Amino acid sequence: MKLLLTLPALWLAACTIRPEITPSDNNAPATALPASVTRTDLANKAEVAVGTENAPLTDAPFVPPPITRKTATKVVVHLEVKEVQGRLADGVEYTFWTFGGKVPGKFIRVREGDDVEFHLDSHPNNKMPHNIDLHAVTGQGGGAGASMTAPGHSSTFSFKAINAGLYVYHCATAPVAMHVANGMYGLILVEPKDGYPKVDHEYYVMQSDFYTTGHYGQPGLQPFNMEKAISENADYVVFNGSVGALTGPGALTAKAGETVRLFFGVGGPNLTSSFHLIGEIFDHVQAEGNTNTTMENVQTTMVPAGGAAIVDFRVNVPGTYILVDHSLTRAFNKGALGMLKVTGTEDKVVYSGKTDDAVYSPEGGSVRNNPEPAPLQTPAANKAERIARGATVYGNCVACHQATGLGIPNAFPPLAKSDYLNADKIRGIKAITGGMQGKLVVNGTEFNGVMPALSLSDEEVANVLTYVLNSWGNSGGEVTPADVKANRIVPVH
Amino acid sequence: MDINNHRALLLTLLAGCMVRGAGVAYANKAAPSVPTPSVRPAHVNLPAGKHVPFFAQRNANPTVSNQPNARPSPVSVPAFSLDTTPVSNADFLRFVTQTPAWRRSATPRIFAESTYLSHWDSDVALGAIDGTTPVSHVSWFAADAYCRAQGGRLPTTLQWEYAAYDAGRNRAALQKRILEWYGQPNTDADRKLQAVGLRPSNGYGLQDMVGLVWEWTEDFGSTMLGSEPRSSGTKEEAQFCGAGSLGALDPGDYATFMRYSFRTSLHGNFTTANLGFRCAHKVTP
Repeated sequence: MKLLLTLPALWLAACTIRPEITPSDNNAPATALPASVTRTDLANKAEVAVGTENAPLTDAPFVPPPITRKTATKVVVHLEVKEVQGRLADGVEYTFWTFGGKVPGKFIRVREGDDVEFHLDSHPNNKMPHNIDLHAVTGQGGGAGASMTAPGHSSTFSFKAINAGLYVYHCATAPVAMHVANGMYGLILVEPKDGYPKVDHEYYVMQSDFYTTGHYGQPGLQPFNMEKAISENADYVVFNGSVGALTGPGALTAKAGETVRLFFGVGGPNLTSSFHLIGEIFDHVQAEGNTNTTMENVQTTMVPAGGAAIVDFRVNVPGTYILVDHSLTRAFNKGALGMLKVTGTEDKVVYSGKTDDAVYSPEGGSVRNNPEPAPLQTPAANKAERIARGATVYGNCVACHQATGLGIPNAFPPLAKSDYLNADKIRGIKAITGGMQGKLVVNGTEFNGVMPALSLSDEEVANVLTYVLNSWGNSGGEVTPADVKANRIVPVH
Repeated sequence: MDINNHRALLLTLLAGCMVRGAGVAYANKAAPSVPTPSVRPAHVNLPAGKHVPFFAQRNANPTVSNQPNARPSPVSVPAFSLDTTPVSNADFLRFVTQTPAWRRSATPRIFAESTYLSHWDSDVALGAIDGTTPVSHVSWFAADAYCRAQGGRLPTTLQWEYAAYDAGRNRAALQKRILEWYGQPNTDADRKLQAVGLRPSNGYGLQDMVGLVWEWTEDFGSTMLGSEPRSSGTKEEAQFCGAGSLGALDPGDYATFMRYSFRTSLHGNFTTANLGFRCAHKVTP
C-alpha cells in the first residue's frame, strides 16, 4: 500500500522537484553535451561547438581578455544575483540589486556561435524574485521566460549566441523598471568570429539613472522612489553604479600614444546618453554595438537605454580626459562624469597648452564698447584746457585719421581742413556718437567706409572735437559738453 | 486505510499535478485530529466585500476586448477569518513536535527542499532563533499541512490581497512601506526578522501583512505572470496565465507587481528565508 502511495507521489515529484545546487557545484564545468545543430546552424552554416569552458566574468571597468580560439565552444556562465547595500555617492547609501555583487553586473565575453549554458544563482539572503533578459539571446524574453528565480535557488537555460555584437542584459521581473532602477544590468559581448582589432586597453563603462526619495546628495540610506522613476526625473545619472566610480583611484588609465577601446552600455532604466569624451575624438564608433558599420571621427555618440556602443581612439597627448553624458546638467549636477588619465610625454604640435597670456586692449577698426567708465575728472575749465585734453582723447581716432589729421586716401577721410566737418560742428558730434557709413564727400573726394560709434562721454567728445577744430588749419571754435548732450546720437552706455 | 480511501487518495494525487496542492493528501494522512480552539492563534473575521484582482479581465465579454478602459469587474469575497499575524517559529515548533512526519529530517524532499527549517538547531529545537519571529524556510506543503491541522487552510490569493488592500485605507502610506521593505537589504535574514505583532494593525485588525515576510497563498501558482511578464498574452487568458504587465490593473502599482512576481518564482516545495504564512478559516461565529 505504501508503494502504491509512493509511486504517484514520485511521478508528481517530477513536475515540481528542483535539483539542489551546493556552492561547490558552481565552478565545476558542465558535462559535455553533444553539440546541437539547429535549423539556424544549417541555414547559416554555423560552426559546431567544440569543447567546454567556464566563462571568466569581470567587474567594471575591466573586461575579460579577447577571445583567441577560432572555434565555437560551449561556455558555462554562473551569474549570481545579490542584493547588497552600498555607496551611491558620498554619504549616500542605496540597496542595489546586482548581478555579481556590483553595479553594473559582470561582463560576459563569448564568441559568435558559442553555446552558452547559463545559470542564474540567487543568493539565499536575497528577498526579491529575479530573472534575466540578455539582449544577445534569441528566444522568449531573452531568457527571462526560463530564469525566474526565487531567493536561494538557481535556474538554468541554454542559448546559442547567433548574433555578434555588444548587448545589454538586465533583470526582467515585474516591475521591470524597478529592478533595472536598482542596478540590475550589465553587458555581454559576442565577439565576431574574427574578433576586434587589437588595442592597448579595453574598458567597460555603463551609464544608468537612479531615483531616490531624497534629493541628490541627501545623506543616508535612500529608498527607491517610484513616482520619480515613472516621471523620469532622475536624481543621479552615473557611470558604473555610483558618483565618482571612475574618478580618483577608479579612473581609467592609459599612456600617451596608446589605443583605448570602451565597451559602453546604458542600463537606464530611462535615460539615453549623449556619450562624449572631453578632449578626445572617437576614432571609431560602432554605434549601438553593431558589427558591420564603423563610423569615424565622432565627437558624441548617442546610446539608447538598453543599448550599447563600441568606441575606440588613440590618446595622442597626456592629460585627464573626462567621460560625460553631454546632457550637461547630468554630468555636473547628477554624477555622469568619469576620468581617463593619460600619462606620457607631451606633443606640443598636437596640443600646445597655453602659450601666451597677455593683456587684451581693443583698438581701432571695430565697434568697441570700452567697458571701463571714463576716469572721472573735473570738466575742462576753458578752451585751452579742452584742446589739451582733446589731444589725449584723439588717441581713439589716430588709427584711422592719423596723427596728421590727413586720414588715408581712398579709405579714411581727412579731418585736416575738412570742408565737411568745418561746415557744421554738429556733424562731428553725430559722427563720433553715432558712427557713419555710406558715401561721403570730403574736400571733393568720395569716401565710402564705416566709422564706428565711440562710447565717449559728453566731456570727452567735446574735448576731442575742440582739439580737431583747432588743429591743422581747421576753423577753430569750441564744442561744449552741452552741445554734445543735445546732439549726440547714441547715449553713453 | 481501506481501499476506497486509498483510491480517492490516488485520484487526488493525479489531479494534483495540475495544481500544486498535491501535498494535501499526504498532509491529511499525517495530520492529527483537529486541535481544540485554544491552540489557534489570534484571528479576526473579515467582512464580505468586493475586490478587483490585480490581473483583472477588463470586461466580462472577451469578444469585446477592444475596450481597454472598461472598468474591470470586482470579484465578491465572502467573509472569512484570518490569523492576525504570520505563524511564528514557536507555533510551528509546536506543530512539528506534535506531528513528527513534518519534522525537518522526516519530510520528503518533494514536499520541502533541503533548506526546510534550516535556520533551526534541529528537528525540534529552535536554537538561537527567537520563537516570536515569523517562521520561514517552510514550503507550501508544510504551510498547508499546518493550516489544515488547525482546521483551516492557507488563504487564497484573492483573500490575501483583499486583506492586504485594507479597503483602500491609507493606501499611499501602505504602498510606501512596502516599497521601503523591498529596498531594505536582507543579510542574515533569519536573525534579523522582527517578532510578529509589533507593528500597528490595519483597518481589519491584521498585523504584518507587509514588511515582515512574504506569505504563501493556497493558489499561488494560479495567477502567474509567467516568468516573462512583458509578453501580454491574450485578454482571455488574464485569469490564468496572468496577462503580464499589460493585463495589470495598475501598472504603476510596483508593490503589488512584485508580490505576484515573487509568487511566480515559487514551486510548492521551495523554502526561502523571507517566506512564511498565516492561516485562514471559515468565519468564527
